[in-house]
Amino acid sequence: MKKLINRQAGPVGRWALGLLPFVILAVLYLVASDARLDANPNDKLLPALSSFADAIERMAFEPSKRSGEYTLLADTLASLQRLGIGVLISALIGLVVGIATGALPLFRAGISPLVTGMSLVPPLAILPILFIVFGLGELAKVMLIIIGITPFLIRDLQQRAEEIPTEQIIKMQTLGANTWQIITRLVWPQIMPRLLSSVRLSLGSAWLFLIAAEAIAATEGLGYRIFLVRRYLAMDVILPYVAWITFLAFAIDFALKRYSRWRYPWFHGAQ
Amino acid sequence: MTALSLDSSSPVTQEVAMIRTLSAGVSALLLCLSLCLSLVAVSAPAQAQTERDSFQVCWSIYVGWIPWDYGDTQGIVDKWADKYDISIDVVQINDYIESINQYTAGQYDGCTMTNMDALTIPAAGGVDSTALIVGDFSDGNDGIVLKNNDSLADIEGQKVNLVELSVSHYLLARALESVGLSERDIDVENTSDADLVAAYQTDDVTAVATWNPLLSTLTAQPDANPVFDSSQIPGEIIDLMVVNTDTLKANPALGKALTGAWYEIMATMHGDDDAGKKARAYMGEVAGTDRAGFERQLDATRMFYQAADALAFVNSEQLKTTMQRVAEFSFQHGLLGAGAPDAGFVGVQTPSGVYGLNSNIQLRFDPAYMQMAADGDL
Repeated sequence: MKKLINRQAGPVGRWALGLLPFVILAVLYLVASDARLDANPNDKLLPALSSFADAIERMAFEPSKRSGEYTLLADTLASLQRLGIGVLISALIGLVVGIATGALPLFRAGISPLVTGMSLVPPLAILPILFIVFGLGELAKVMLIIIGITPFLIRDLQQRAEEIPTEQIIKMQTLGANTWQIITRLVWPQIMPRLLSSVRLSLGSAWLFLIAAEAIAATEGLGYRIFLVRRYLAMDVILPYVAWITFLAFAIDFALKRYSRWRYPWFHGAQ
Repeated sequence: MTALSLDSSSPVTQEVAMIRTLSAGVSALLLCLSLCLSLVAVSAPAQAQTERDSFQVCWSIYVGWIPWDYGDTQGIVDKWADKYDISIDVVQINDYIESINQYTAGQYDGCTMTNMDALTIPAAGGVDSTALIVGDFSDGNDGIVLKNNDSLADIEGQKVNLVELSVSHYLLARALESVGLSERDIDVENTSDADLVAAYQTDDVTAVATWNPLLSTLTAQPDANPVFDSSQIPGEIIDLMVVNTDTLKANPALGKALTGAWYEIMATMHGDDDAGKKARAYMGEVAGTDRAGFERQLDATRMFYQAADALAFVNSEQLKTTMQRVAEFSFQHGLLGAGAPDAGFVGVQTPSGVYGLNSNIQLRFDPAYMQMAADGDL
């Protein structure tokens, strides 16, 4: 008998093992749902697959009775817009400040402590302040995302910029480059793929802050819908929404990864 | 095991390894299936029909429900439970909706909630529920506040911040009706109750519908004008102790003990003597205020201190009309579920008759136990 530590899964086995937890979860759900529905056909806690289908049909493919919009589409667009603006602005700030503090020691000395301090403030704790300062509208929701992930991006990119080998910087200087040229020709191109990977890492937090903001005050959005229908325990809507958010998060992450591999193959080759 | 079989490059051993992996997977699956089955036993709702001797009820912070906490800590609930040879655990849950969801999921045998939430959460979810004790109705505890405007009609065209689909939303719909407006004339922005007061400080917020103690915090602001409150629709927002109907049927002792305890608590807290003042001071502390503050909240609440008062209220025709209004509101907002064809889909039984489908009665106002309390039969 081979030692456990030396046993590898074959190509089929790997797929089977990977699928197994999902299958188990699905079976677990179906059996538990069946048992509950057997005791109470109107049970809302663990709805049957057909209820999910009905809810998806209702939310995604039928115009809402009240506004005439397709609810899922309207929610998705509203949320993606907030997320997109928030992450884009954060990435821009992260890039500019990260390169500045990473490449210029004087800048680092001045700004780094502030950024470090700010990154330690839990954004959800200052929510009431955010509302008073930025109002209840879109601005506050986008600001929550920005405040939530920008400090992380800045700190990460600063570190990546500092990791650029000194030899390269010295070499450029011996070739007569000035500071601006070093930043635009040497630091910036090397930082871009790192920015993408930092953004991918921070997307999870961005979603968290987005949904938190939407839960507090909103008229549409994915997080808003989940917290609204929670009021009447509509699990048949909540679970498909969670699955949809998960899929969107996965799709965005996948797209960023692909873009990075296509645009910066050298970065991924080196890893 | 020979050294030979360590050579995994041979296709035969690879196949064997694969089969082993697969069979390990299958046996793991079987193991999990059996685990599932045992889990199902747990996740299935408690078999309510059987007779039991220990029960759990839950409550959340609200002026009309805080007496349960007093009854629990002073041993009144235990005393009555002992009398009927059962035990009752009174549990506080911090989040109101979460407490109802827990009750609906079958974790608790009873829970405090309003008539509207009783209809839209457990009853619409097929958990046959009985309003065992009708404790009070809101008589000013829920209200609408406008910033810089002092008449309700000014609300037209404004954005109203409230907890959507809550009793505040119902109150707003009733208020709009009273001035000939409808929900189409305003915009509704869902705002979490925890953040309403902070939200009110911003310029974005010009109209708010909410409940106490938030309401009194808001009306204390200089530019806030209360323009409508629940005293203008008396008896429509009702606070209940709801218990699972099957559990109650199988265990009348639970109903008797809870009702007996409740009216003993009522008698104590209503009194003007030291015991009454102490009780109100205690409840005020639980509510995050003091005796005076709690008494102000009581003023905006029509408590049924006597079982006879609650009985008169439950037996009146008005209750059925109210439940019809609430059901119609809930139906219009999709709260009765996507499968509900009309507002009467979930039947509500009241002493003066059934509203809605007779074949799908899920919420029952049962005066029997309050009658026993009024007759002194407990």
